[in-house]
Amino acid sequence: MKMPTPDASVLARRAEIVNALRAVVPGEGVIVERDEMRVYETDALTAYRQLPMVVVLPTTTEQVSQVLKYCNEMGIKVVPRGAGTSLSGGALPLADGIILGLGKFNKILDIDYANRTVTAQPGVTNLGITNAVAHEGFYYAPDPSSQIACTIGGNIAENSGGVHCLKYGLTTNNVLGIEMVLMNGDIVRLGGKHLESEGYDLLGIMTGSEGLLGVVTEVTVRILRKPETLRAVLIGFPSSETGGNCVAAIIAAGIIPGGMEMMDKPAIHAAEEFVHAGYPLDVEALLIVELDGPEAEVNHLIGEVEKIAREYGAVSVRVSESEDERMVFWAGRKAAFPAVGRISPDYLCMDGTIPRKQLPLVLNRMTEMSEKHGLRVANVFHAGDGNLHPLILYDANKPGELQAAEDFGADILKLCVEVGGVLTGEHGVGVEKRDLMIHQFTEIDLNQQQRLKCAFDPEGLLNPGKVFPQLHRCAELGRMHIHRGQIPFPDLPRF
Amino acid sequence: MKTHLKPADADQALEAVRWAISEETPLELVGSGSKRALGRPFQATHTLDLAALTGVTLYEPEELVLSARAGTPLPELEALLAENRQQFAFEPTDFGPLLGGEAGRQTIGGVVSCNLAGPRRVKAGAVRDHFLGFQAISGRGEAFKAGGRVVKNVTGYDLPKLVAGAYGTLTVLTEVTLKVLPAPEDTRTVLVRALDDANAIRVMALALQSPYEVAGAAHVPASLAGGLGIEELGARESGGAATAIRLEGFGPSIEYRAGKLRDLLGGFGTVEFLEREPSLAFWAALRDVKPFVSQPERFVWRLSVPPADGARVVADLKGRLPGSDAYFDWGGGLIWLAVDPGAEAAGQHAVRGAIGLGGGSGGGHATLVRAPDTVRASVDVFHPQPAPLAALSARVKETLDPKRIFNPGRMYAGV
Ligand SMILES: Cc1cc2nc3c(=O)[nH]c(=O)nc-3n(C[C@H](O)[C@H](O)[C@H](O)COP(=O)(O)OP(=O)(O)OC[C@H]3O[C@@H](n4cnc5c(N)ncnc54)[C@H](O)[C@@H]3O)c2cc1C
Ligand SMILES: Cc1cc2nc3c(=O)[nH]c(=O)nc-3n(C[C@H](O)[C@H](O)[C@H](O)COP(=O)(O)OP(=O)(O)OC[C@H]3O[C@@H](n4cnc5c(N)ncnc54)[C@H](O)[C@@H]3O)c2cc1C
Repeated sequence: MKMPTPDASVLARRAEIVNALRAVVPGEGVIVERDEMRVYETDALTAYRQLPMVVVLPTTTEQVSQVLKYCNEMGIKVVPRGAGTSLSGGALPLADGIILGLGKFNKILDIDYANRTVTAQPGVTNLGITNAVAHEGFYYAPDPSSQIACTIGGNIAENSGGVHCLKYGLTTNNVLGIEMVLMNGDIVRLGGKHLESEGYDLLGIMTGSEGLLGVVTEVTVRILRKPETLRAVLIGFPSSETGGNCVAAIIAAGIIPGGMEMMDKPAIHAAEEFVHAGYPLDVEALLIVELDGPEAEVNHLIGEVEKIAREYGAVSVRVSESEDERMVFWAGRKAAFPAVGRISPDYLCMDGTIPRKQLPLVLNRMTEMSEKHGLRVANVFHAGDGNLHPLILYDANKPGELQAAEDFGADILKLCVEVGGVLTGEHGVGVEKRDLMIHQFTEIDLNQQQRLKCAFDPEGLLNPGKVFPQLHRCAELGRMHIHRGQIPFPDLPRF
Repeated sequence: MKTHLKPADADQALEAVRWAISEETPLELVGSGSKRALGRPFQATHTLDLAALTGVTLYEPEELVLSARAGTPLPELEALLAENRQQFAFEPTDFGPLLGGEAGRQTIGGVVSCNLAGPRRVKAGAVRDHFLGFQAISGRGEAFKAGGRVVKNVTGYDLPKLVAGAYGTLTVLTEVTLKVLPAPEDTRTVLVRALDDANAIRVMALALQSPYEVAGAAHVPASLAGGLGIEELGARESGGAATAIRLEGFGPSIEYRAGKLRDLLGGFGTVEFLEREPSLAFWAALRDVKPFVSQPERFVWRLSVPPADGARVVADLKGRLPGSDAYFDWGGGLIWLAVDPGAEAAGQHAVRGAIGLGGGSGGGHATLVRAPDTVRASVDVFHPQPAPLAALSARVKETLDPKRIFNPGRMYAGV
């Protein structure tokens, strides 16, 4: 993975830079020792590692503003970091850049039940928000599997989602306001506790911008009342086609489940061996459909889903009769990644989205690719919204296997785009899928996106080398060539 | 000479834009004209009429996705969705009658460009939350695309969000892709009568805090309830205020939730129900601002505030603007306000002063939705922005439309 060439003149000024940063963030907030910086050298995409030039851990928005302003003036690159759970290398440091860690921004600032909002600093964990309001029967809906660890600031940067997304949306649908700092040090507030912000929807653009546009220093999210009842159905199918058809039929019946997750045979077996959830082992696909809501509704819809499942050729149908049983159904799905980790020394977790009906085709093509690359693949996916997580199994100690796994992964993502889907559904582009962007977007599309970055960060200092396969200077992107035109289409109707 | 360009397809639209750029002459983008009187008036010698860019290009009900060319009339799309028992869950507002035109004429491009969502906003989100992708023409004379057609997509910047609500000042949309959702099987409204604003806000908050999946929470005071034209609400004099909680979904579920809500809210006043037909009519009238349609001389404002602040903001406004009337949607978070035509500068100082009282991170803003051109030319139609945010917005405009060809000045001067 090629990263921007480190700027020797910046590296040469390291001592001076450290002093200047210490003047802004006193004491232990500036870390310079190699050993102490080790924890920051990678995020959850551990295949890539790089020590930063220095780590800065501010505690106030004012400090963030001063650090960014200084770096902007001095031409120093900045990589924001939350908990470092990114799976696409979004928080991977740069050799000549600082890591701006938001871990000390860990306070809940305001809980407002009347407006149904929580305002928190960006370093608060996703689960921390739910925990702060759970005793009153509320929760924060987007629930990435990493919710114990990942921060709400990181969730905004990645527009994270989870099992609940189908019904309750992603981060972007649940954030009402943020405070952020631009690279020039400007502090800007977008939105608040009201339902929509006015003017250009910059909050919408910030969400999912992977730390390239600004540093989030405060977040206001919407909280929801916990549903009265949750029940799940575990459905086994003889093929992925029948499973896929059943998913389509449930949606066609007007039912939007709280969660709808599918696993293929290798994933079912790995999970069952690991947690003994009682999954059927003779099926090709296993679907978990969870219904949540008012008790009467859930009971009514469970019946509908059972009926549809049988119509669509399910070979086994089990409905959870207790909260414990529902948790057992989920235990296997939730442990699917570590379970697969037990049957293979290493795996790569991919993350593409496809139109749901393409599922059988994509799974079949994956089987062919598996033979071609000589590697096994296990599949777990968010069936409701077509977000796939193929796990490619490999052994890093065997020469060539990592490369084969990466090639296999790239083939899968290109296929996702080919069938009308996208390269990433929730983990972000980061450095991982950066060079594949040309398969989804034209050069014109990509330049247009990069110009947007120029509005926020004209010098390109915030998290460069991520998301875009080619770095352009803003001046170069700004050029325009339009020849003097004729009045177009003389035959075009005019009034 | 004024020119009205009406391209037949996206290629012709691209040529028209390239010509305008080369002439450095601004274009007024128009869909059907339903919201032309919304925003700041501005001078454009040429109109780019997108009404001929019509037609559905992709509709897969089981995938919950629909793509259409930008000029396709909304009613056409809604009819198609209804055949498949689906809908746009954001419940688009129809501003036609409020702004002195006909109902049912808006185009999907205009709907997306204005991001105007109806009462279901509290549950389902705004247009921007359902806007998955687009094909467009930039002010650099280039055709480009952004987003996609799948719900879960974090590949690159979420440009659809930026373009939703940009009032045609950033790009010419030629095709849009939206997420659609199943239409509810049935609907019913729980009504609590005769509450004052403050108690109504409490009732709506209780309902929205409950687990009963409320799909609309509005309060119309006695002075405006009759203006909705719903027989079941009674005459203006006898009907009294209506605080309405909407339920949607499967029959047995509605029955159950309606009962639970009656128990929950009964202590505040008499509880009644509006069954399906009157309920549909009530929310449509509320959505399309019907109480103010028949009072064309009054200025109309749309305020977005933290819901719990609603009653306080309106009480403050009434003190500052005698003779004004207001009703609430979104649990108190959306205020529709009518101001007497005599008010100085359409009452902008009073309106913005009342919102500003809250302070802190609460926020809020107001848009002047209806006023004569001369008034809209002299007051801030959209909420003024703090300097760093205004500067950032101007830089964002620059990236997509550097020559300021598209609707210049419609939102803010110089943007
Ligand atoms: C086991 C596991 C399971 C996961 N499951 C899911 C899942 O189900 N769904 C899902 O969506 N993701 C999932 N993820 C990915 C990851 O947890 C999310 O992307 C998460 O949002 C990252 O948050 P973080 O705080 O760790 O951010 P980091 O990894 O620290 O940073 C991620 C990106 O955000 C930027 N950033 C961080 N904080 C800020 C800030 N305050 N301001 C501006 N930019 C900032 C960084 O520069 C970087 O580009 C999973 C990860 C793991 C390890
Ligand atoms: C000289 C002249 C001649 C006219 N002749 C006619 C005529 O013969 N027949 C007729 O019906 N009308 C005619 N009109 C009126 C005009 O077509 C409409 O009244 C009106 O301007 C369209 O309004 P709208 O933008 O509010 O549409 P809406 O569809 O309501 O659009 C709302 C907003 O979205 C923007 N928008 C709409 N579509 C797009 C898109 N695809 N991409 C980006 N932004 C978009 C608009 O700019 C606007 O900000 C004429 C106007 C002029 C100035």
